Amino acid sequence: MSDVEYSDDDYYDDEDMYDGTQDDADDDGMDMDNEDFQIDAGPKRKPYETEHESLSQAEVERLMRREIEQTRNILGTDESVAGLLLRHMSWNKERLIEQYMDNPSKLTDAAGITIPEPPSPASAAPVRSRSSRPSSKPLPHKRPSPSKKDEPFVCPICFDDAPGLETSGLDCNHQYCIGCWTAYLSSKIRDEGEHFIRCMAEGCSIVAPDCFVHASLLRDEPETWPRFKELLARHYVSCNPSLKFCPHPGCTNTVSCPGASSKSSLLSIVPTVSCGARGIPGQEKGPDSITVAREHKFCFGCPIDSDHRPVICNVAKMWMKKCADDSETANWIKSNTKECPKCNSTIEKNGGCNHMTCKKCKNEFCWVCMGPWSDHGTSWYSCNRYEEKAGIEARDAQSRSRASLERYLHYYNRWANHEQSAKLSLELYKKTEKKMEEMQITSSLTWIEVQFMKKAVEEADKCRETLKWTYAMAYYLCRGNHKELFEDNQRDLEHAVEELSELLEQPIESDTIPTLRQKVTDKTVYVSKRNEIVLDDTANGFLEGRWKWNVHVDGFDDPDPADLAF
Amino acid sequence: MASISARRLSKELKEIMNEGCPVGITLLKAEDFVSWQFTIQVMGESLYKDEIFTLLFRFDRDYPISSPAVQFVTVDGKVSPVHPHVYSNGHICASILGSEWSPVLSVISVCVTLQSMLASCKKKERPADNDRYVRHAPDNPKKTQWHYDDDTV
Repeated sequence: MSDVEYSDDDYYDDEDMYDGTQDDADDDGMDMDNEDFQIDAGPKRKPYETEHESLSQAEVERLMRREIEQTRNILGTDESVAGLLLRHMSWNKERLIEQYMDNPSKLTDAAGITIPEPPSPASAAPVRSRSSRPSSKPLPHKRPSPSKKDEPFVCPICFDDAPGLETSGLDCNHQYCIGCWTAYLSSKIRDEGEHFIRCMAEGCSIVAPDCFVHASLLRDEPETWPRFKELLARHYVSCNPSLKFCPHPGCTNTVSCPGASSKSSLLSIVPTVSCGARGIPGQEKGPDSITVAREHKFCFGCPIDSDHRPVICNVAKMWMKKCADDSETANWIKSNTKECPKCNSTIEKNGGCNHMTCKKCKNEFCWVCMGPWSDHGTSWYSCNRYEEKAGIEARDAQSRSRASLERYLHYYNRWANHEQSAKLSLELYKKTEKKMEEMQITSSLTWIEVQFMKKAVEEADKCRETLKWTYAMAYYLCRGNHKELFEDNQRDLEHAVEELSELLEQPIESDTIPTLRQKVTDKTVYVSKRNEIVLDDTANGFLEGRWKWNVHVDGFDDPDPADLAF
Repeated sequence: MASISARRLSKELKEIMNEGCPVGITLLKAEDFVSWQFTIQVMGESLYKDEIFTLLFRFDRDYPISSPAVQFVTVDGKVSPVHPHVYSNGHICASILGSEWSPVLSVISVCVTLQSMLASCKKKERPADNDRYVRHAPDNPKKTQWHYDDDTV
């Protein structure tokens, strides 16, 4: 018994295996869409952008139908059987066809389409006979309902025995009343998110086909049917490495991004994608909605649900993990502990006396000046010995040993600061909207003309997101010219963003509005250019293999021992 | 109209009253359709000879579509059997109480399955992760995501 674990490695490993053999041209519906996309691409794609396309649930369902149709034609089964087989095989058509050709009844048994033969032929239970192509006929009911006509039917689940009780059953002919079926299917779909629903009988492996689910839900729970369809689409999307479901709450769109479907591609690109929708569907559009409704941006390559450009997924994940593990601890250590000047053990001071004795090496020292306690003579608690040589040395040693902690906190604090600013941006949006109204009143500017403010806020917000992740990147970049150039670009962007933010916070005075407008507009253009430079250069660096790390990053060469941090 | 769970449980109760429980199982308490208690004892030669355990069933409104929450009672000096699938807090790791639950199973059939689970035990020991699990276990065993990895016991 162990916890259920799952890693996204499985997901990729699987798909890596097929990379070489998969013939996209005739089996993969995505391919067509790519071609369409390229024709429409219009302006040239920037190096930090990744081609992708948004699909609605209906479009995903169309792709599913196409695959089912192709499978059906090859296997000569009906649509329902082809669909169940594909779902059973995680939509891997090649493997499905191979296994089906090998032993069709074994596969249909495993997929819950046919009833497995009892292990010994002597067994008395009359299981319906099967042909070698069991699925060629749609669900024939060879036996009448098992209950004899003269005995009234009693549902074995709810014990309802009302005369004329409507019953139904799957191919296995286990009969239950409609009400129990509806309750069972609904509970499986709604509570367990299950789309592969087996018969209610104990140990029965027959799976309910879509038409049965539909018919059972139709009367009393029609609202559960769309949920079932969504589960089917989600399952299809999760089985296809070039598709990903939009992670934003309530959104049912899917993004197709074949360029980021393999693990290796994620070493050189950051596949930030958007499903095209904004905000939370179904939420009433209030007056604030234009500013609040954010685009559904997410990373196609990893679970981080925001734009982590310019840094690649592996490094971003490493950084997130480090922050989650270390930042609080490191901050606490920094503010509450010191290291023993002699043995460097970390010590927390939990009493009032400054006379410290290291538990480990028994060294006695002063908490305030870090100098040896023996030197303290008569001036014990005033500790006016800052100039004392031993104390200075001890403090030096301490700071050296803390360098790596300080280094981490340097990057972390800047990272966290930009994140915090991004969180506050909602407020800034609201403030800005007020200012825009104010401007319209105090000056002759029209609504269109004051939009520059909103644009500026949006741009600053976007750049802070970039800046935030440049700190994660810089933390792991190994020292050298490339890192220096990277940090020059980072500095230019940060400087520009701060200047723009300051302009945005300025009070509005009617006579300075035209100059402010000019300044803000110019700065916005400049900031956007600086942001592009950072993103462009970093993305190109990944494509050229320019970036070297100071730690081991999966998929990259190990760093030179001389470049290792810490 | 009474809920399905009440109708179903009243029918099960009536059957228990009329036909009695299988050997080794006795109904201890069934005053409502929320929770029932049984005593369970392994008959014949087994590692649990002369031991009597108390089983607690808790039903929600969706019974029998959803499985009952079943565990051994460990209060008032009662203990749970020492068994590789039974935790010291009484929680049981058995697939028929989770993913393999079928609405055609009944309270009595669960009792019988658990009885045979005890009867076939070869070695009295706690699950390997007992301490870790018990420390963090939810009150209701149905909230645990069980991972069934041993079909032999």
